[in-house]
Amino acid sequence: MAKKSMRTAINEAIRLEMRRDPTVILLGEDVAGGQGGSADVNDAFGGVLGVTKGLYTEFGPGRVIDTPITESAIMGTAAGAAVSGLRPIAELMFVDFIGVCFDQIFNQAAKFRYMFGGKAQTPMVMRAMTGAGLRAAAQHSQSLHGLFTMVPGLKVVVPSGAYDAKGLLIEAIRDNDPVIFLEHKAMYDLEEEVPDEAYTIPFGEANVLREGKDVTIVALARMVRFSMEAAANLAKIGIEATVIDPRTTSPLDTDTILESVAETGRLVVVDEANPRCSFATDVAALVADQGFKSLKAPIRLVTAPHSPVPFAPNLEDAYIPNAAKIEAAVLSIVSAGGRNAA
Amino acid sequence: MTITAVTMPRWGLTMEEGTVTAWLVPVGGSVNVGQELAEVESSKLAGTVEATAGGVVRRTIIEVGATVPVGTLLGVIADASVDDAEIDAFVGTFKPVEVAAGEDESSKPKSVEAGGLRWSYLRSGEGGVPLVLIHGFGGDAAGWGFIQGTIGADQDVIAVDLPGHGNSEKTIRDGSIDAQADAVIGFLDALGIDKAHLAGHSMGGGIAIGIALKAPGRVASLTLLAPVGLGDGINTEYLKGFVAARKRRDLEIVLRQLFANEALVTPALAEEIIRYKRLDGAQPALETLLAALLNGQAQRAQYRDKLGAIKVPVAVIWGAQDRIIPPEHAVGLPASVRVETLAGSGHMPQVEAADQVNKILRETIAKA
Amino acid sequence: MQLDRDTLAESYRRMATIRAFEERVGADSLSGLIPGFVHLYAGEEASAVGICLELGANDWIGSTHRGHGHCIAKGSSVEGMMLEIYGREGGLCGGKGGSMHIADLSVGMLGANGIVGGGAPLAVGAALAAKTLKTGGVCVGFLGDGASNQGTTAEAMTMAVVLKVPVVFVIENNGYGEFTAVSYHSGGVDLAARAASFGMQATKVDGSDFFAVHEVAREVIGKARETGMPAVIEVAVNRWHGHFTGDPQAYRSAEELALVRTRDPLVLFKTRVIEAGLIPADLFDKIDGEVAERIEAAARAAIAAPVPHVSTVTTDVYVSY
Repeated sequence: MAKKSMRTAINEAIRLEMRRDPTVILLGEDVAGGQGGSADVNDAFGGVLGVTKGLYTEFGPGRVIDTPITESAIMGTAAGAAVSGLRPIAELMFVDFIGVCFDQIFNQAAKFRYMFGGKAQTPMVMRAMTGAGLRAAAQHSQSLHGLFTMVPGLKVVVPSGAYDAKGLLIEAIRDNDPVIFLEHKAMYDLEEEVPDEAYTIPFGEANVLREGKDVTIVALARMVRFSMEAAANLAKIGIEATVIDPRTTSPLDTDTILESVAETGRLVVVDEANPRCSFATDVAALVADQGFKSLKAPIRLVTAPHSPVPFAPNLEDAYIPNAAKIEAAVLSIVSAGGRNAA
Repeated sequence: MTITAVTMPRWGLTMEEGTVTAWLVPVGGSVNVGQELAEVESSKLAGTVEATAGGVVRRTIIEVGATVPVGTLLGVIADASVDDAEIDAFVGTFKPVEVAAGEDESSKPKSVEAGGLRWSYLRSGEGGVPLVLIHGFGGDAAGWGFIQGTIGADQDVIAVDLPGHGNSEKTIRDGSIDAQADAVIGFLDALGIDKAHLAGHSMGGGIAIGIALKAPGRVASLTLLAPVGLGDGINTEYLKGFVAARKRRDLEIVLRQLFANEALVTPALAEEIIRYKRLDGAQPALETLLAALLNGQAQRAQYRDKLGAIKVPVAVIWGAQDRIIPPEHAVGLPASVRVETLAGSGHMPQVEAADQVNKILRETIAKA
Repeated sequence: MQLDRDTLAESYRRMATIRAFEERVGADSLSGLIPGFVHLYAGEEASAVGICLELGANDWIGSTHRGHGHCIAKGSSVEGMMLEIYGREGGLCGGKGGSMHIADLSVGMLGANGIVGGGAPLAVGAALAAKTLKTGGVCVGFLGDGASNQGTTAEAMTMAVVLKVPVVFVIENNGYGEFTAVSYHSGGVDLAARAASFGMQATKVDGSDFFAVHEVAREVIGKARETGMPAVIEVAVNRWHGHFTGDPQAYRSAEELALVRTRDPLVLFKTRVIEAGLIPADLFDKIDGEVAERIEAAARAAIAAPVPHVSTVTTDVYVSY
């Protein structure tokens, strides 16, 4: 099977769904790129990082729609079109830009179904780039999945690789609720085996990447990779970790997390976001609330500090959780051989 | 004074890499030819690497848990008298002979249009009347890895993905065994194959019988592994569990019933099948096939009385510990049919007793 | 354009229904029978009804938090609305939306909106859907003078012009954004002219005059439907009540308050139609009577209706789980 980058996998997901369903449209800033320029090129970029390249050429301006820099109008147009018959994929570009359009997402799209007594469906996807690591600093690097997870009515997807990204995005496009789809920008080039055909991965179904008896590590997106790296290192000294990628923070596969902690008795949550009122604290609270009797040791959280994302490369590297920090967190609660750390 | 390389095997055509899950003989231990040396698993199959020479295990290079490409040097066997320096030199200069599966054109799935559907198949080897391998419910061409990898060295071997499975189109028009037999005849037509040896497993065994009855002139021999169609009984719990499973862990539990040695169900195998089940159309295809396969709690297609009418060599192979279709279905078949019950094997003799299956297959082909 | 007798009677019936509905809801809100607060549309009836007369089943409207009139004009059931506003089982939104979030997608009503300016981008979306799906439909996005200052409105107008979609923004200028006069909150600019500067045709009309509103609607909506391009109508309306019920309107002078109801769109309509001999006076009396009965019955039914089952607090959050 062919190895494909996460960028290609996402492009394929959108392409296959646009071929399958004529009501699927893509809109956002420079999703094609170059409209009206003197070079007369209208598929110049395919998104700032090239994810949607070539879609304009296949589907044309009626379905691959370059918009002005008007994020509220992009999200509102998508929401309005979604309740009136289309399945829009609206691209926010950097998730940080949610600040100028959040109303259309959390007051409008997220609430229609409930507020209108179950009579509205809002099948839209908001795609956005998330995460640090590209030296893009405070307003282009945040991990805001927690913000969306707080809002009832939104489904929140945070894929950790190319295979999952394709299956989860197709699921998102076919879903009848508004879905926030967050793509870690430092992972676009990472390759995995990805089928050419369309497939769907259900929401709320965690991926257990590795099973071990000593500790449960729960992580999202790029942190899944770091957690796997940490788990491989820990295995060398006799500590066997289970690594769980929930894939979606809303809905959250609480069963898989609780079942695993029941087996291991220890939990480390790894999150690239800031630490307060976050995914990490949410999972910790879940286990403290419903899995307390299984715990043999304190829950450990490995997160970014409570600061914006810094620019200077050494500062940014210090900001982002890594395998060494995850290993240290595990070693603070379990020592080689699987006993509680002293 | 020979030094023998132990390398990552390739089981079947699609295996590109494997993981060493255990070393069964420590460094310094003696081994005989054919002795089990290491356990290895790929995404599809798990099995053991056997010593190809006797001697002492001098090096185990790849550590347990590591995943390496096919052909990678895993360890070294040599006499105790060989110098360590020579061994190190051998390791240092070792070059894998096999190219990776992905780079080898002949190992890639091929496709053909038949009956308005796109069929995918794996084809390897040259010469002779082709051997066509037909997998069972929920299986695929790659599941014949141990068979195609061996017999493909001698002759033309084609492993097909039935409609609804593997890389073939997921549309099932009529899931009955009879209709599937017609469809496979169409597939043979599309490939221009007039006559073939058929080997079918489980549901694929029933399809092979169907073909032999419909088109006797097209079939040179028939090897049936735990086929449907020879009795009523079938493990409907397994079938329904397979169709229902959405999560890898649930599927792992279901799949254990397939094997006598449940350790062969690896997370990687279950993940591979879950990924297949997620493909557009796969789930409805399985549901359609399941409905066609069963008549209440019993098998629908019944060929037992017709088996005697088949004039070509027929072999029936059953794992003694089959928990999906009872091995008793192999009892009381016409005298013209060779029956082999394999101890220590469950419903998947092509995986659990591949050497014996290969031997019987070769003998059945030779008799034709 | 000459409207036929049935259309005229139906138009009057809708305006009278809005009026009676709002007066009843206002009274029951003040007396505490209706929970929360309501924003009344009384005095602005000719705008909603005159505009919506040009809309059909394929067309959409977006609305504001002063949305009861838009709902009724687009054809929602007043009984369902009444149940909703009382917070009762069987309400248009199952008692989960209430006055400010009332919606009826079955008649193409995209929802009132509790967020000032929240609706304009949604209207662009419905127009884009109509264009993409080639339904022949248009979308009217109602907004107020207050919302016309919001960034969302500016973005929506920009987007509509760039995407070339058949959306008609109807700015109902009632002179006040909450308690602040338009002369202050919009810096005294001409709202229609400002909207026109985005690149759309903008037309102003007197919202007390049903016939004037309808004539503009016919022309502007017809053109949007034909060309697929956006446009703006600014309707000057009078807000009979305060921003919400119970607002003492201390910011309006006694002179203004005395004048505000002098150009009653219902009276103007009736007078003109009777004078022209199109509908006899007694038919109006009959309609008024029927409307009064219907509203009274709807309110009584709402008061008597059961409250939503408490288990519905958590239903309808998502479609699929």
